[in-house]
Amino acid sequence: MAPIVSVSNLSKTYASGFQALKGVSLDIEEGEILALLGPNGAGKTTLISIVCGVVNPSGGRVAVNGFDVVRDFRQTRSMIGLVPQELTTDAFETVWNTVSFSRGLHGKKPDPAHIEKVLKDLSLWDKKDNMLRELSGGMKRRVLIAKALSHEPRVLFLDEPTAGVDVNLRKSMWEVVERLRASGVTIILTTHYIEEAEEIADRIAVINGGEILLVEDKAALMTKLGRKQLRVDLVQPIDEVPEALSSYSLSLEEGGQCLIYDYDTSAERTGITALLAALSEAGIRLRDISTRQSSLEDIFVEIVEAGQ
Amino acid sequence: MNFEAVKSIYFFEMARTRRTLLQSVVSPVISTSLYFIVFGAAIGGRIQQIDGVSYGAFITPGLMMLTLLTQCIGNGSFGIYFPKFTGTIYEVLSSPISMIEIVLGYVGAAATKGLMIGTIILATASLFVDLSIAHPFVMLFFFVLTAITFSLFGFIIGIWAKDFEQLNLIPMLVVPPLVFLGGSFYSINMLPPFWQAVSHFNPVLYLISGFRWSFFEVSDVNPLASAAIILGFLALCLSVLTWIFRTGYRLRS
Repeated sequence: MAPIVSVSNLSKTYASGFQALKGVSLDIEEGEILALLGPNGAGKTTLISIVCGVVNPSGGRVAVNGFDVVRDFRQTRSMIGLVPQELTTDAFETVWNTVSFSRGLHGKKPDPAHIEKVLKDLSLWDKKDNMLRELSGGMKRRVLIAKALSHEPRVLFLDEPTAGVDVNLRKSMWEVVERLRASGVTIILTTHYIEEAEEIADRIAVINGGEILLVEDKAALMTKLGRKQLRVDLVQPIDEVPEALSSYSLSLEEGGQCLIYDYDTSAERTGITALLAALSEAGIRLRDISTRQSSLEDIFVEIVEAGQ
Repeated sequence: MNFEAVKSIYFFEMARTRRTLLQSVVSPVISTSLYFIVFGAAIGGRIQQIDGVSYGAFITPGLMMLTLLTQCIGNGSFGIYFPKFTGTIYEVLSSPISMIEIVLGYVGAAATKGLMIGTIILATASLFVDLSIAHPFVMLFFFVLTAITFSLFGFIIGIWAKDFEQLNLIPMLVVPPLVFLGGSFYSINMLPPFWQAVSHFNPVLYLISGFRWSFFEVSDVNPLASAAIILGFLALCLSVLTWIFRTGYRLRS
């Protein structure tokens, strides 16, 4: 199946001379949730802005469903919804008017039933006659999502949707995203909250310094780069790793109070059983055992550091 | 053509006018009345007639132009500058609309508002003085074309401006002297020859003079020159806009 969004060799240099994108290529499949991860200033927003038509590219090409975003902007932009990073709203408009305005901008005839559904889905229905300046930050964020959904887009870009949003609202945001995906909408999400990507994304793209460092299935990425650690707390501290255990890659930490064993979850044998037996043979008594899996955050830090 | 979008922008902008009805509509009525009291009753009592037209009637086209220019530039620039300032412009830029449609929406609304206020001033003026319009179609030609051209000019200022200082620079500092020295309240024949000559370099003189000719058939310059000036300025604004659209200047750069 052809990708719904295809970015090839995209570059952008701003008038100030700053090169925000350096030949980025990326394919996004229809119906998936792609998380675009990267530190501040990595080029996430510039990439999104070019796909959505807010910024002109300096070079390269972006196609949405086969249409070029510059030449066939009418086709591409009517398929796309954009939720910007900043909470930018017309303070003196009502929720209903601003969402209806967005639908009109996208060339769609007024459809009060659809607007009503969007507002109800986002728990905004009872606020429909309120002016935007009367709403809390979290509500404004939902209004921006409602605006982006007003014209029934096939592709939705969420630029840092949960920046500065409290935990409850973040969870409810994730539910909204999940429902949208269930209805067939392709979602591209930028974030620097790793847990967000870990929670909801199907694929992860890591961008830094205007370059895509990696695009990978989330599960595959976790297995490929995700290592596990076994931590063994000892009853008596030891000075060094006993000779009998030298075949294991063990490190002694916390003043000899604990042993750390790195192992690969995808390997046929993890070596845990043998290690525990060997410890017992060596007469080392254990207080506690725990394991820890590296999070996407660890992986992310590794990738970004390796790229520098 | 995305008519829904043009309609949306147009009515969105007109809604702002509705929300600010008091300052949009009532304030020009008050200021026009003040001009008539100061210039018409107090000073006009001494001037009486210019070129066979009563002073009160003579200043009416000038007053309309004064308000039309400031309102159209103000609304045209604010309409596009404000979303740039608040950031809501992202939505217009990411919508399936061409720049021509964006201009139709914003400039259409600014020009409509200018024409509404111009008409209100005309109606207010007719309460103070006897007015007759000798060439209604010529009057409409200047009235509508000036509204469109200066709303376009305002739109360009709104795109160019990076802050409120720049936004207000031309409407506050450049337009008033041009309008006041463009014969709004006098005929340039009343000036010494040197200043008469200087006045001919003021484009606004041509607008006011042509507009006044459509009312009373009296003018400082040939009405055809007036028509040429307004059409020329319209062409200039359109070419600047074409360049802005092609380059994405200060919008998509």
